[in-house]
Amino acid sequence: MSMLLEIKGLTRRFGGVTAVKDFDLAVAEGELVSLIGPNGAGKTTSFNLISGLDRPDAGTIVFGGQSIGGMAPEAIAALGLARTFQHGRVFGNLSVEDNVLVGAHTRLSAVRPRWPVIGPLGELALALLRPRAVKQEEQALRAETRDILALFGDRLIPRLDHPAYSLSYANRRRVEIARALALKPRILLLDEPTAGMNPTETGEMQALIAALKSSGLTILLIEHKLDMVMALSDRVCVLDNGAKIAEGAPQDVRRDPAVIEAYLGHSGIGQARPQPEPVA
Amino acid sequence: MSSFIDYTVNGLVIGNIYALLAVGLALIFGVSNLINFAHGSVYTIGAYIGWAAITFLHTPLPVTMAIVFVACALVGMAIERIGLRPLQGSARIAPLLATIGISFVLDQVVQLVFSASPRALPNDLPDWRIDIGGGSIGALDLLIAGVGVGAAALLFVFLRFTKLGFAVRATAQDREAALQMGVNVNAVNSTVFAIASALGGISGLLVGMYYNHIDPAMSFQATLKGIVAQVIGGVGNVPGAIVGSLLLGLIESYGIALLGTTYRNLFAFVLLILFLIWMPNGLFGGRSAPQSEPLTGAFIAPSKPLRLPRWALWAMTGAAFALPLVFGAPYLLQTLTNAWLAAMLALSLTLMAGTAGQISFGHAGLLAIGAYASALLTVDLNAPTWLTIPAAGLITSALGTLLIFPAFRLRGHTIAIATLAIGEVVSLVILNWESLTRGAMGVTGIPPLSIFGHEIYAPREVYWLCLAIVVALALVQTRLLTSHFGRTLRAIRDDDVAARSYGIRLDRYKALAFAFGGFGAGVSGAITAHLYSYINHQTFDSQVSLLALTMVILGGMGNVVGAILGAIVLAGLPELFRLTAEYRILIYGIVLLLLIRFRPQGLMGTL
Ligand SMILES: Nc1ncnc2c1ncn2[C@@H]1O[C@H](COP(=O)(O)OP(=O)(O)O)[C@@H](O)[C@H]1O
Ligand SMILES: [Mg+2]
Repeated sequence: MSMLLEIKGLTRRFGGVTAVKDFDLAVAEGELVSLIGPNGAGKTTSFNLISGLDRPDAGTIVFGGQSIGGMAPEAIAALGLARTFQHGRVFGNLSVEDNVLVGAHTRLSAVRPRWPVIGPLGELALALLRPRAVKQEEQALRAETRDILALFGDRLIPRLDHPAYSLSYANRRRVEIARALALKPRILLLDEPTAGMNPTETGEMQALIAALKSSGLTILLIEHKLDMVMALSDRVCVLDNGAKIAEGAPQDVRRDPAVIEAYLGHSGIGQARPQPEPVA
Repeated sequence: MSSFIDYTVNGLVIGNIYALLAVGLALIFGVSNLINFAHGSVYTIGAYIGWAAITFLHTPLPVTMAIVFVACALVGMAIERIGLRPLQGSARIAPLLATIGISFVLDQVVQLVFSASPRALPNDLPDWRIDIGGGSIGALDLLIAGVGVGAAALLFVFLRFTKLGFAVRATAQDREAALQMGVNVNAVNSTVFAIASALGGISGLLVGMYYNHIDPAMSFQATLKGIVAQVIGGVGNVPGAIVGSLLLGLIESYGIALLGTTYRNLFAFVLLILFLIWMPNGLFGGRSAPQSEPLTGAFIAPSKPLRLPRWALWAMTGAAFALPLVFGAPYLLQTLTNAWLAAMLALSLTLMAGTAGQISFGHAGLLAIGAYASALLTVDLNAPTWLTIPAAGLITSALGTLLIFPAFRLRGHTIAIATLAIGEVVSLVILNWESLTRGAMGVTGIPPLSIFGHEIYAPREVYWLCLAIVVALALVQTRLLTSHFGRTLRAIRDDDVAARSYGIRLDRYKALAFAFGGFGAGVSGAITAHLYSYINHQTFDSQVSLLALTMVILGGMGNVVGAILGAIVLAGLPELFRLTAEYRILIYGIVLLLLIRFRPQGLMGTL
């Protein structure tokens, strides 16, 4: 099986803490893999390393056959990797629509000609003059934005031009996912997409992720709600203290004594999640 | 040899004076994460209180110092109470801007009370000098060294061995934890401001005695020097501030010995920029930068911007064009022309600071580049102004972007400081590059504006020209803001980490914003040069930069209509009421303070 994402020996230390330790993981095309583990296990740090926001101390990350370890996040995004953030990072003063459109940034081509040297100035001129191709591109993206937002029922569509800071916490999380989808990612990294959501909202989110999965999208999911993990995942990988302690089919992992021990030994799991900081 | 020792002594003395300033800035930064731009004002106040005590009360030196110490401590506590405490929980840039407003107010009050002309500050010290190795040390040198060392020792004892000192250190380490431990953070802040300001005041007094010269304009440079010393030693690091100050004093002193006094400040600011870019944590700050929290919305007060209907905007534009036909008074037209020139600058700054979130404190540097470009092209090469003004815009755009480019990696407050330094460097390069710029003499005989041989001289023609440029720039900027470019810039401002994660190359878009903004600012400077017919390196000083920032905040960050409105209100109205310069700047300071406190989103709202 060809792997879309292959991580080997990934390590990241913060002072005395080894947040991620010799971590191996492979995700195949179309697979949904869940990353679980107690608070502080190193899940978010792994996402930061994969998405380029942080540089690994050791290890390799190969995405779509290309080594991306230590690459800049903007370059990794351009390769088709999209992520969401645990505490939500929407663009507070941008409208819902604009937030999603920013997600499509890497796909802009009419307005961002790859001209050598004068490319940036060309981009400025095209943004100003807006020839037909540029207008069409923008219109197409706007139409697509609506389709993406429609995936969330009537949660976001009526708030198309509301600034993101005025949204509820759950809606900001939805905007983040919509923004990630607008990148047309080859792989989607979701960091606790249902944190702070009530059971109804969680159910909706689960249905959405299931739909994305069945559309063929490859997903790496960090999630604390184990029922959801069990229902969605093809494979589950368990981190504890930065190291992988188990990996396999959901049912097997659930019965794994090491996993049970890790979860019983920590009080973090299942507890109320820390409240997110407000965006604005 | 003898001069080497003299320069060393001089460097150490000046270093000690900087240290008294920088230690206070470091303490304040430590407990409240704030770069206190009013610090230099306290230093000036210290000098003037000392002058008043000596002149009117004939106090002996120890009494003078005690008076200055206490009075400045009180001023410091007032600054904390007004500039910091009420702003907890507002945008992170708010307290910094508030201290700028306070410094405007304090400086102008000093100027109104004591007049703008410099004064001598005599001292009653004996005037013997000790000869050492060919150089010499005087009583005042020893006094300054003694005060410096004494203050450092007292501060050490205070921080190390007193309960309040412990609270200060705890707050500096972790504010939240200190709060939970029951530390009264407000009291800590107040104490720190008192100590810092008392030391700053003493520093002002000593420097006044050292040069036997004080004037109200000395405060801004003092703040800057304190900041430079701190950046060298590591921002917020008290021992680092002392070492940084001594190094800065020595480097300046040796630099002057080698190149002359006009280079003094150039060393300081070039050092500042180099440190910010290559060693942002200073000599003692360690290697890894502290993880900055998401800057989401840090600079922008969320608001619902006021949107005027399009017809109303066109009607107002039409009225502005028609105005000279109805009211022909040259004074009115010249005043409004100044407002249009300020509007060009404000449009440029609102794009960079408001839309892209890159607060610039050195915007006047762009005016200077544009002004000199057009002035020199016309004077030296006899080029026609219809050609040199757009050329000046392009030159400013290119040069400005090039200068700022290395600072793009900085975030938050540091980019503000870097831009301030870049602005100062521009002015100092103009001062020192005599073969090109005529140095301190300035450029004289700059020809008036002309288009294809027709001289634009009449006030209303100049008015129309400037208004037309403002309208054109505003239209282009508005159109850009509604494109993917505007969206991208605002995304960078709101959360640059998220923006990068979605493929946005920060440098590229920041550079484009500066390139476009630089053009408008350059054109504004160029036109100003032709209207004034004389410019020098001080025509566009840092006060102009801060004024532009006030306009932009008044109008609403990122708001195109707001920037123009802010320019009309702040450049036009005071002129129409014929206020003198002192009162005008006093009003700017008060406006800035009131805005930050009560309407941070400005008149038109942030976009
Ligand atoms: N920027 C950082 N600096 C220092 N320590 C960090 C940093 N980021 C994460 N850590 C530490 O790394 C460990 C893993 O954190 P994280 O990846 O956020 O865990 P998880 O997402 O699994 O809850 C924790 O001990 C955390 O304190
Ligand atoms: Mg996490």
